[in-house]
Amino acid sequence: MAELHVELVAADRKVWSGQASLVVARTSSGDIGVMPGHQPLLGVLESGPVTIRTTGESGNGTVVAAVHGGFISFADNQLSLLAEVAELTDEIDVERAERALEEAKTKADEEAERRAAVRLRAVTAAR
Amino acid sequence: MGAQLRVYKRRIKSVSATKKITRAMEMIAASRIIKAQRRVAASEPYAKELTRAVTAVAQGSDTQHPLLTEAEQPKRAAVLLITSDRGLAGGYNSNAIKAAEELNARLTAEGKEIVSFIVGNKGTAYYGFRNRPVEKSFTGFTDNPTYADAKAVSAPLIEAVQKDTAEGGVDELHIVYTEFVSMMTQAPLTDRMLPLTLEASGAEEAGGKGVLPLYDFEPSAEDVLDALLPRYVESRVYNALLQAAASKHAATRRAMQSATDNAEELIKSLTRLANAARQADITQEISEIVGGASALADANAGSDR
Repeated sequence: MAELHVELVAADRKVWSGQASLVVARTSSGDIGVMPGHQPLLGVLESGPVTIRTTGESGNGTVVAAVHGGFISFADNQLSLLAEVAELTDEIDVERAERALEEAKTKADEEAERRAAVRLRAVTAAR
Repeated sequence: MGAQLRVYKRRIKSVSATKKITRAMEMIAASRIIKAQRRVAASEPYAKELTRAVTAVAQGSDTQHPLLTEAEQPKRAAVLLITSDRGLAGGYNSNAIKAAEELNARLTAEGKEIVSFIVGNKGTAYYGFRNRPVEKSFTGFTDNPTYADAKAVSAPLIEAVQKDTAEGGVDELHIVYTEFVSMMTQAPLTDRMLPLTLEASGAEEAGGKGVLPLYDFEPSAEDVLDALLPRYVESRVYNALLQAAASKHAATRRAMQSATDNAEELIKSLTRLANAARQADITQEISEIVGGASALADANAGSDR
């Protein structure tokens, strides 16, 4: 089966890289699914979960990451997801994110509220 | 103990204390270089992908984005100078400042007004002492910069670039920092960030991968560029901050290493001098005893007669 190579990089580290058969991400004009052989694409990502169907060497499975803004670019079966902040769901501390969400709501801190909500959404999407 | 010998002993003691300090600072700097280098390496994939994406949009579309097009009559240029907060790093800060001075002179000769942005206490102090206007300065994170710091530094830069020149905006954006070439070499570097020089990056890209494919933009090329360029500036600033930090630690290590070597040298020569002084003391004492004894013997011989 055809596969595409995915690189998920945050500003200060490489978060995940490997082979995948499908990547679903949310761009500013809606969810987009990229499969091998897609036409070259460059899009702006919204904050939200990114779902990667892994295959090949990485084994069959699903990797979900919370991405806080960024870009998706695809060409020659190479997909890169660039984000200032990106975390895999197993790196997310659910309790902490919930606490942060509560705190942000009481303080009316929209930025923090959005960040915490994205983390929680990603965790739910992974289940 | 002779007075001379005591003075030498005291100096040896003080020099060995200094040596201990410089040795410790050398070790600390050495361990920090490794850490800083690792962070530079970790930030590279993001910077590389981002540069690729920016190049792709800029080449693949006919967009006339204000951040990409050269102003016909560039009047104001922003210069971001990256220095460190603390000294004891040899020529590190003065080299970076000198490079900035050269760039400023060149830009002024081209008839552009300079707007200075400075990172690090050393650069701020240099400009403050000379009463130069500084648009904004940042301190407190040069040893260990985070992406949030880079964002804070970039925000006013991006804002200035997006404003009209007449309203206090700038046409160009330059950055001066110290490039980390290797453990032994760090070179000050001046670079124009914006408007992008696509020839250079395009050629580099073409050399490696051939012509870039025609991208499909989501939602549109303009929107993608609007979103990409601030991130591009941030990532460039972040990379520059990290490299500057690594360079600073390397410069500190080298400076402290030569200080330790000098201290060792000094201790050696002082020990020699102290030994000579001790010998001189002993010789003098012996000759005094001998002289005294023979004087006594002479006196006794006189009274016997």
